[in-house]
Amino acid sequence: MTMDRVIFGDNQFFGINHMSEEKARAQAIRFQDTASIIEVLDTAYAQGIRTFMCTTHERMPEICDHFRAHRDRYPDYRFYPCMPYAHKYANAVTELGMLGALRSFLPESGVLGTLIQGGKALATSDIESIGRMLVDAEMKMFAGLSTPVIFIQNIVTDLLLGLGIKDAFRIFSDHIRTRYQAEPGFITMNVPMLLDALDAVGIENPIVCANINKAGFRMSGGVARYEEILRTRRFRPIAMSIFASGAIPAREAVAYVCGLEQVESIVFGASSRQNIQQTSDLIRQLSK
Amino acid sequence: MIRTAIVGLGKMGLSHLAILRAHPEVELVAACDGLGYLTNSLERYAALKCYNDFDDMLAKETLDAILIATPSKSHGALVRKAIDSGLHIFCEKPFVLDHAEGVGLVELAESRGLVTQVGYHYRFVATFGEAARLLRAGALGRVHHVRAEAYGPVVLRPKGSTWRSNRQDGGGVVYDYACHAIDLVHFVVGEIGAVSGVIRNSVFSRDVDDEVYCSFSAADGISGQLCVNWSDESCRKMTTRLSVWGENGNIKVDRQECQVYLRQPVAAFPELVKGWTTLNITELLPPEWYYLRGEEYSRQIDQFVRRVMAREVRGTNDFRSALSTDRVVAMIHGTLADGAAGESMQPPPRRGAFARLRQRLLGGAR
Repeated sequence: MTMDRVIFGDNQFFGINHMSEEKARAQAIRFQDTASIIEVLDTAYAQGIRTFMCTTHERMPEICDHFRAHRDRYPDYRFYPCMPYAHKYANAVTELGMLGALRSFLPESGVLGTLIQGGKALATSDIESIGRMLVDAEMKMFAGLSTPVIFIQNIVTDLLLGLGIKDAFRIFSDHIRTRYQAEPGFITMNVPMLLDALDAVGIENPIVCANINKAGFRMSGGVARYEEILRTRRFRPIAMSIFASGAIPAREAVAYVCGLEQVESIVFGASSRQNIQQTSDLIRQLSK
Repeated sequence: MIRTAIVGLGKMGLSHLAILRAHPEVELVAACDGLGYLTNSLERYAALKCYNDFDDMLAKETLDAILIATPSKSHGALVRKAIDSGLHIFCEKPFVLDHAEGVGLVELAESRGLVTQVGYHYRFVATFGEAARLLRAGALGRVHHVRAEAYGPVVLRPKGSTWRSNRQDGGGVVYDYACHAIDLVHFVVGEIGAVSGVIRNSVFSRDVDDEVYCSFSAADGISGQLCVNWSDESCRKMTTRLSVWGENGNIKVDRQECQVYLRQPVAAFPELVKGWTTLNITELLPPEWYYLRGEEYSRQIDQFVRRVMAREVRGTNDFRSALSTDRVVAMIHGTLADGAAGESMQPPPRRGAFARLRQRLLGGAR
């Protein structure tokens, strides 16, 4: 399975901006109407961007509805879902407690009954079945759309990584392959550590999406370590945050990432026709 | 290696557990929580030794340090047991709910030479750190006013079934959100001496406050306002902001940016121009060894570990520092025993030490 060189990201649509809360708010205002999101996706599509990497945000179902209703307009469009939208869960845990949150996100099931009795160790099959149910609940919104790669968000990847629950990666990976005939992907801020963990559970040549930028912004272990890993380890990197939220000038940022041979794809988000064109042109021009 | 255990495996506890396990200088020996399904699952899938009883864990394990991330109500008792066991302690915020108890615990821990820290992680956000550095070095000259704000989407419905919806257990917006804003005021301009005009309201909650507002005064005639509301859906997540006004300009700082307005340049800070300078988190951050949710969570644990290794009893966010935040919380709740709550606020002196400092820093430029 090949991935497009240029992938469109979604942070700008949902008020996420690592540079400025004012900018984030301005974007949240601009994109509170789903039609304005579609308009930007259309602009990107017109410039040849066919893959949309998106969080399973509560507004995504509406966007998916649009693409389902207009398949003829986007015959080759692909979504790379990234799950879960963590704040949804974090806020629910604060409000309802851990079990209450789990109960609110999962359909009625016998497994939760077992959990609620408490005290018991969960069987492996229970944990696996909870994991699969959570994935399926997040994937519902993409029914009927093409989702060739499905990611775990960094907050969950990195939490599992720190906790040392490596088997979860295996469970996720198996479920994504068998149930969705898709490739599992892992978003992380800790590439060196993640690659070791995936190795340990036998996940080979994984798709890993991580910050890769000249400034070392949110690259645990630092730029030099990442460069070494890119040279020596076998995996399929997607670079994100290549501009370090605007800290690096566009051409310099793109030139750096394009100079790293192993990087397969670059994901970026933008709101204006001009920025989308400039960035995608730069990537294509410097990817020689 | 610092032999460490953790007690309390809720949202913050699991996050701390992940960070501790990833730290190269920490040997995470065991974890403890009352929920059997959680500890049993961690034993099985994370190969982590777990206990359901804190005393049992203390009795059986040889430890250097403990991280306490249980509901706030239990902090006091657990901290005391940890001190009695001679452990260095990292405790989640707020420190303790009873200020008087906190006074005793601080003295006890210090007398035993223990390293202590409380999880006020905003001090480890690079932008707030930069603001504190600039203010302490007098970039704004005499500071006269500070506004501390925190907004977020925690309670948006008249429902809630956790300890956070019970005031006696340490629930409510004052313990959960306002503590951070108060701690940041202490960090950047110094300790709050008195509060007045306290407004505490429930928006949706039955038993706790969802918003709190008050005026306050700090040393050197600084006045301030606190505005905190955790029932604000327009914020994607907790949003914390400080605005500080001084005679030479102002600083507005949040998690992403530190915006500085200087009326006159300051020799000590050639990077700051006359007018606006914006410093972004992207340019202020060195990479961490492990990242989860934000650099600040890793940085605070790393600092604790380093302090334990160096036996550094006093340091950023130690119990004594966190106790001063508990004291302000008690003033806001009107429960402070020494009667400092509701003191009338003093008007700022016209000329003081800060004015002289400013004069020295700015020279004859103004």
